[in-house]
Parts: sequence; structure tokens; C-alpha cells
Amino acid sequence: MISDSSMPYSAPTLAPGADDDQLLHVSLGPQHPSTHGVFRMNVVLDGETVVSLKPVFGYLHRNHEKIAEGVTYLSSMPYTDRLDYICPLSNNWAYAHAVEKLAGIEVPERAEYMRVILAELTRLINHTAFMGFILGDMGAWGSALMYAFRERELILDLFEDLTGARMMANFMRFGGCRNDLPAGWAEKCSVLVDDYGPFLDEMEKFLVGNEILLARCQDVGQLPKETLINGGITGPMLRAAGVNYDIRKAEPYGIYERFSFRIPLGDKGDCYDRIMIRFLEMRESLKILRQALDQLPEGEYVNPKAKIRGFKPPVGEAYARIEGPKGELGFHLISDGTVNPYRYRVRPPSFINLTLLEDMCLGLDLADVVIILGSIDIVLGEVDR
Amino acid sequence: MSVDIGAALQGIHAALPAAKVAMRTNPGPSNQHSLLVGNESLVDVLRFLRDHLDFDLLSNVSGVDWPDPAKADAVAVFGEGEETAREHGFLEVVYHLYSTSRRVGPLVLRARSADRGENACVPSVVSVFRSAEFQEREIFDLYGVIFTGHPDLRRILMWDEFVDHPMRKDYVAPDDYEYEPTPHDDVLVKAKRHYPAES
Repeated sequence: MISDSSMPYSAPTLAPGADDDQLLHVSLGPQHPSTHGVFRMNVVLDGETVVSLKPVFGYLHRNHEKIAEGVTYLSSMPYTDRLDYICPLSNNWAYAHAVEKLAGIEVPERAEYMRVILAELTRLINHTAFMGFILGDMGAWGSALMYAFRERELILDLFEDLTGARMMANFMRFGGCRNDLPAGWAEKCSVLVDDYGPFLDEMEKFLVGNEILLARCQDVGQLPKETLINGGITGPMLRAAGVNYDIRKAEPYGIYERFSFRIPLGDKGDCYDRIMIRFLEMRESLKILRQALDQLPEGEYVNPKAKIRGFKPPVGEAYARIEGPKGELGFHLISDGTVNPYRYRVRPPSFINLTLLEDMCLGLDLADVVIILGSIDIVLGEVDR
Repeated sequence: MSVDIGAALQGIHAALPAAKVAMRTNPGPSNQHSLLVGNESLVDVLRFLRDHLDFDLLSNVSGVDWPDPAKADAVAVFGEGEETAREHGFLEVVYHLYSTSRRVGPLVLRARSADRGENACVPSVVSVFRSAEFQEREIFDLYGVIFTGHPDLRRILMWDEFVDHPMRKDYVAPDDYEYEPTPHDDVLVKAKRHYPAES
């Protein structure tokens, strides 16, 4: 085993010539003021200006990947709920998608529609909750979050009807879903989709022209497109900078090819664009939901040939990804032909989107760091795994 | 869209004749074959793929532990001319590349360390892809792969004082046993070992 004594903790490095006497070292966090989770940043300040920022991870680490190697494929499904606990159903889908690719399992049409509906509802939840949290970061503590959570609760009610759980759904199965839609569910969902547009109008009216939001978010935290792609940034963060890359269009999975929707793109890629891009994405999600609910076919909700007990995918490996609400959510699986995965790797968007956090914050005020972190939209369950 | 791995391999051979690159066939139905790249040319190959074949997004970097060469044989990831690795077992790093402009992927690359001990080294690709920065730190932390040339290689998920690498297949969890009121099965065995007086 390798001794780590040769790799001591390295304190944040300073720019050459910087006068250390005048610098203030701030350990920001770890705290969970119901914002983004238990996350710490070692920040070095020159007055109010950030000269170095090193994120510290791992407060929620439970070695999810190791646990998954010790259990069967299906046993990891409930654990995926706990990765990004705001959007469990997207995580379920990403994992099921990867295993289906690994084992070559077909998914019936009705199940594909159900998955799209659930994933887009999850996107609504995520982006709505994001609006509340980011406003909380700006000092609008509580009000915006309560508006957001009021709507989120309506979607969670739908999830509870369908899966039995508000958040920890454990709903997808390899080759489909766990159970069929209960009677009347699609109609209830349809009503929700109709009512969601007016809520978005209302929320947008509060936010778009808001003086504080404009002052705090515009021209904060933008980076060139090339840097963002090179840094592995995906999802709304990347599209806010004007890069047209959405996996639903770039590498369509499920049945996304059948729906007509657009990919909203930002211009500057500052925090304001990142907020607005999520509003536009929610409106596109509503379009997808409307089409999916109208087209929802009858049929099987799970592939009857897919094995549940003693499921052993053939030897091989697969990497599959979906456009999660926060970015590219991927699973890399290696099967050695037994009931447990030999390697189970989560590609968490929240974790990799933090790669460029320091680059975005350098030269800005400490108060901007909070907004930038909020605009990345992380969930620590996924960052730390 | 899936990637034309043969064309990528030809392109690499044409541009970098010295690079050791070989194709590995994936026996599963996912149809994702991979390129095994020699450590000395890994950074050059990635730079070539980024600059000339438009693979601009290094999406995912995974570590894999192969302590048992027989196992690696069974999963058919071995190639010829790797007798040392075959004897000792090795650590592997798998890269998944995508192209945002051409919208193809994943192009799967793999690099291997010489062994799992002193020489568990793979070159760092952070100079080509920033997205590898935290992922390589994670693999160093959990697998113990030393990424030579990484700008800031230290633990990321485990705490700094932690010894050992928990994702390795032969990792033994410490016996920091928490009291359980009703132990059973192997928990009972462990409890007896830990609290001999009580049970």
C-alpha cells in the first residue's frame, strides 16, 4: 500500500509576490443552513477579493460505489435515490439505462413514456427548488423557497401516488418501471402540467426584473465556452454559456426523438443566464410533458422477459448517461458475469461541475462566491457519494 | 451517435506512429469497444483526439482495480505483451470522451499501471482536460493510482490522515465496531470478537 505521508495537505497557494500579511484565510463552512449541503471552501481573501479558493469535499462520503460492488445490481437502485436526493427518478433512470445497455434489455413503449414523464417532472422539481435556493443565497430567505416548495409538493404528491414515496422512489426497474400508473394518475398529472405555466409566470414576474437579482447576478461568474467544455461542465451551466449540448438531443435516449422541444441557450453564461436558462428549460419540459401525456400508449410497464431474481448481465462493460437536471449523469458498469457488478461508477454532474468553481470566483468578492456556488446547483449527496 | 473507433485508431496511428495503442473488444452487448493506450503516449493521444478529432469533452474518468490477473482474463480485458501486469495485477483508469460539436461518443480509452504497489502510476491528463482534475484526485484517493504530473494530488473524499485506499478489492475495513443491541449472523461473530467480555 502506498504511504500518503509524501502527500501532505497543501495549503492554498498564493500568487507570487502576494503579501501574505494582508491576506485573510477564511474557512467557509462546513454548514448546512438548508441551502446546498455540507460543503467547505478554503478561501483566501485580499480585502473582499478572492485570491484562492479550494473546495473541501467528503462530509457526506459513504463510498456508494464500494457498497454497490457488494450487492446485486437491483439492490443499488434504492441507493441511487440518495445520490441527488432532489431528483431520485432521474438517477433511477440513468442507472436502469446503464444496466439495460450492459445487458441488452429492451424497454416497452409505455415504460419509456412513463420514464420521460417522471424525468421531466423531476426536472421541474429540481429547477423550481433551485429558484428558491438561489434566492435564499441572495438574502431573500424563505419566501422564494416557500413558493417553490409549494409547487414542488404538488409534484411530490404525484410521486407518492405512483411510487409510495415522496422522494426515495426506487421506481425504475431494468426493462421498465416497478408498477403501472394508478387509475387517474395521468389526468392528475395533466392538471398539474396545465397549472404549472401560470406558476412559472408568477415566479418569473417576481424575479426577472428584480433589482437585487440583477445587481447580484449579472456579469458574475462567466467563463469562456472552451474552458467550460474542457472543464467537463455539463447541463444548464454549459448551455447558459451558449453551447448547444443537451444529451436529449445530442445522443437521444429513451424516446426523446419523438418530442418537439427546443434547447434554450444563454448568451454570456453569467449567473443571471444560469437562472433564466432554467426557467426556459422548465417551459420546454412542460411541452414535453404535454406531448408525452397526450401520446401515452397502453401496454406493458416492464419488459416481462427482464429477469429480476438472479439477474446476471453478460461479461462486458457499458457507459450510459442521461441529461439529468443538473447535467450529464452517467453510470459506468463492468460486469464479470456474476450477480454483483465488478465496477460501478457514478459520473456525478454536481461533482464535476465544481471543477471550475475556483476559476469562476477568482477576483470577485466573497459575496459573489455564494451566488456562484448556488448557480452551479450542487447536491452534496451526489458530490460526496 | 456511436463512435467509429477504427477510424480513431487509424487517425492516432497516422499522427502518432510511436504511440502504443491497441483495440480492446468489449464482449458485452453494449458495443463500446475501447483503446488501450500506453502510459508514455497517453497525454499525446488525448491531446491529438482533442485538437484533431474534436473529442473536446472528457466526460468520465473511472478507476478499476484488477488484483487478480485470472479475473482480468475472464473479463477479456487483457492484451498481449503484458506479462508483468498479468503476474501482479494492476490498476486501470478508463476515460470516456465525447465530441460536443460532432455529437459522437463515447470513445473509451484505458490506461494501466505497471502494478498495484510502488509503480501504481498513470500520467495525469489535467494538462489536456481540466475535467480530470477532481476525478483523478478521487481515483488517487480511493484506488491509490498516482497521477504523475497532477497539479494538486491529494485526497478528496476521505480525510487527509486516512491511510489505505478503500475502493481496492483487497481493502479490509477497520474494526471500529459500533455496538449493536441484537447482533446476529456475521455481525454476531464480529461483536464477539470486539466485545469478548460481554458475549
